[in-house]
Amino acid sequence: MTLSRTLATAGRVLAQIRHDPRTIGLLLVVPSLLIGLVAWLFDTTPVFQQIGPAMLGLFPFIIMFLVTSIATLRERRSGTLERLLSLPLSKLDFIVGYTLAFGLLAVLQAGIATGFAVLVCGLEVEESLWLLLAVAVSDAVLGTTLGLLASAFARTEFQVVQFMPAIVFPQVLLGGVLIPRDQMPDVLHAISDWLPLSHAIDALNAVATGSEDDGYVTGQLLVIAAFALGAVALGSVTLRRRTP
Amino acid sequence: MVNNSPAVRIDGLRVRRGKSMVLDGFGLELPRGGVTGLLGPSGSGKTTLMRAIVGVQTIAGGTVTVLGEPAGSAALRHRVGYVTQASSVYDDLTVRQNLRYFARVLGAPAADVDRVLAETDLESHADALAGSLSGGQLSRASLAAALLGSPELLVLDEPTVGLDPVLRVDLWALFRRLAEGGVTLLVSSHVMDEATRCDRLLLLREGRLLADDSPAGLMRATGTTDAEDAFLALIRSGVSL
Repeated sequence: MTLSRTLATAGRVLAQIRHDPRTIGLLLVVPSLLIGLVAWLFDTTPVFQQIGPAMLGLFPFIIMFLVTSIATLRERRSGTLERLLSLPLSKLDFIVGYTLAFGLLAVLQAGIATGFAVLVCGLEVEESLWLLLAVAVSDAVLGTTLGLLASAFARTEFQVVQFMPAIVFPQVLLGGVLIPRDQMPDVLHAISDWLPLSHAIDALNAVATGSEDDGYVTGQLLVIAAFALGAVALGSVTLRRRTP
Repeated sequence: MVNNSPAVRIDGLRVRRGKSMVLDGFGLELPRGGVTGLLGPSGSGKTTLMRAIVGVQTIAGGTVTVLGEPAGSAALRHRVGYVTQASSVYDDLTVRQNLRYFARVLGAPAADVDRVLAETDLESHADALAGSLSGGQLSRASLAAALLGSPELLVLDEPTVGLDPVLRVDLWALFRRLAEGGVTLLVSSHVMDEATRCDRLLLLREGRLLADDSPAGLMRATGTTDAEDAFLALIRSGVSL
């Protein structure tokens, strides 16, 4: 891996997105709109205070997963990936370049969504807003890295879109949004412990309610980072210079 | 020693795609320099053979040595340029942005971008989005990317497909200039009239080499006057030269 090639790749991905203002608009605005919708939906109940923090992790996670998996699949299908892998570009240059570019977008997206949830929708946050932002951002980066990994197992656009229900939905269902994780059947609770999104939602809830100390949140952040790193490592193994 | 090694040496190459063997015990030696045409009907294994030479094809057996190194080895990634049939440039970047990126990946000097733009006659379209180019411009943009860093071996898969006759003549003139500069070119085509522009012809059919000769030698051996007739004569006779 070389820094200049990684940065060149990240810059190239961002340049591509710059030519597509509609995608930028959707990326930055849609999570906030959805969070606003949820807040409005539960206007007369305290539900938004309970699930609002999880929303901050959920929407950026899902959207970054989709965008990244499709962008990298497009690269495989258009032949540009084959060209790149016949050049002196390492697999990590490619994956880290993508993670940097989409990670930067994720920071903007999570920042806007958090600001909107707190300032406009009135989400109350007990602990530091920065910590909330940090968890939301790491969540979006996690979505990016899982999307990169998922695209390695898809050969067509149809397949990659199927990964959304296959990989993302179970994490949402078991993440503790619908029902707190400690009230789930034991087997499902045990499974949910091994899903990265559960840790992200736990951390967001902890920051919002102030129920745990900073050490707990940092620990959860490290778990999310470990999953993201694992996805990057696995993703680079699945990139093949030689294909059938 | 390394410089005396052939550009490409293939022994007993076997490639399976799906259930069929596309190449089964294929052998070939390409000397350095000159333009070699790889001709054959579609499905004859041209692309598979080129992918094996570039080192992006999973092979079932045999050896492929390129410029003295095993095909696909890291040392070759600076020395071999490859143009696939698909244009393989980014539609949502301008031609110049595409070339700048590939140049940075190759570690080629920034001035290389202007050089290859001029060589492929794309200067006036340098700042157009690749997605807005015509088919011929797009394939030249893809070729321009392969010329970055001045590779010693260029493997071009149907670079002239869909081009008008004037552009095809221009491109063949470019190939000739590159060959005179010492570059080895392997160019596939299914347009037989392009065959006479090559120094050497490989005729491929169903994964087997029907002929490996100069255009003149091929026509002499088959008693024909153009490459298409020569090819048909070879298929009918059912014998390899």
